[in-house]
Amino acid sequence: MLYIPGNNPAMIQQGGIYGADSILLDLEDAVALNQKDAARTLVRNMMKVINFYDTEVCVRVNHLSTPFGLADLEEIVPLQPSAIRYPKTESSEEVAELLKIIEKIEDRHGLPHNKMTLHAMIETAMGVQNVFSIASKFSRVDAITIGGQDLTADMNIIYTPDGVGIDFARKRIIMAAKASHIDVIDTVFPDVNDEDGLRKETEYAKKIGFTGKAVINPRQIDIIHEVFTPTEEEIRKAYHIVKEFKTNSAAGIGVFAIDGKMIDAPVVARAEYILKLANVTVG
Amino acid sequence: MKYHIGNYFIEIEDQWRHLKHHKSIKMKPKIAAQSGTFESSDVIFLIEPLPDNSGRKLEISSTVMQQFGTSFNRIVVEMLDYYELTDIHLIAKDKGALEPTIKARLETAIKRSLDQQEGTLK
Repeated sequence: MLYIPGNNPAMIQQGGIYGADSILLDLEDAVALNQKDAARTLVRNMMKVINFYDTEVCVRVNHLSTPFGLADLEEIVPLQPSAIRYPKTESSEEVAELLKIIEKIEDRHGLPHNKMTLHAMIETAMGVQNVFSIASKFSRVDAITIGGQDLTADMNIIYTPDGVGIDFARKRIIMAAKASHIDVIDTVFPDVNDEDGLRKETEYAKKIGFTGKAVINPRQIDIIHEVFTPTEEEIRKAYHIVKEFKTNSAAGIGVFAIDGKMIDAPVVARAEYILKLANVTVG
Repeated sequence: MKYHIGNYFIEIEDQWRHLKHHKSIKMKPKIAAQSGTFESSDVIFLIEPLPDNSGRKLEISSTVMQQFGTSFNRIVVEMLDYYELTDIHLIAKDKGALEPTIKARLETAIKRSLDQQEGTLK
């Protein structure tokens, strides 16, 4: 997921060609306070006209407690991006209030309530504490994300490359997402020149359960994809497992072994997930 | 039934008042305003109000004037007509902005000059 500043026409108009799975047109932190009107109008116009090809388009609006949040929703909701990303989400009550406003706008424009989804950003200690209710209560919340920079600021700690200060938050957010069966996206890696650091952090994010990672520069996209895309060896192994599972199931055998290793339901589920990521079907 | 009819009339009344309000404020720029940047693919607009009956004074320059000057001018004039802005001085410096960008920047400059900066800090 590539962050694109909402007031930068050059980057927005090229948003579909960077190769990111999704782009996030940012009306919040990437826009100066005295340019909020300009960014909102620009993003609205661009979304109407620019072809982003198969890149998913999300928009990060400002929080409703700011003077900008409602105006953002009024302009963006009628355009129905794939998702609205809501910053500094702290409670399910806040999400309920937000959804009520979104649905009112949708009603006014004759739009359905089930097309555009919501990504809740967890960026405060309070948000981390309440993350499960935020993630689980609403069918429109289909992803949660962690905002590392704001979270460290809220915790009065310094963001360090090892991410130790936000490690508990990361894992708590992941667990809430997994329990709610929704996606969970890791925070950005702020140093665009440190490719090794990015790779290391992305590998860690994948290992602990994140389903994706946000980037602030197109240069970071390839590394994220390399890490999150299953390797050929992983795909071959998964294919073998699922194929054997199908053969054994047909013969009424639930648990079997491949190369001396027991294959049961959780192993098959993991293999199926890898094949889904790789877009491979077993005939 | 009467209740619904009553509401209906209230709605019409509100709509009319809103339109009238909207029309009266969009006629007359109040302040000098600007929007956009000098970055590539962007355009910067400066608008300042002129005394009544001065007409429009447009100064448009673009790095792609040869190729797209006609359509740039058309977009500007169409938008000024839409907002019924007649007595203004407009300066545009374009660095190859696409149509949605030109329209967004001009809309922002116009609304700022009308002092209609809702949802932003001045």
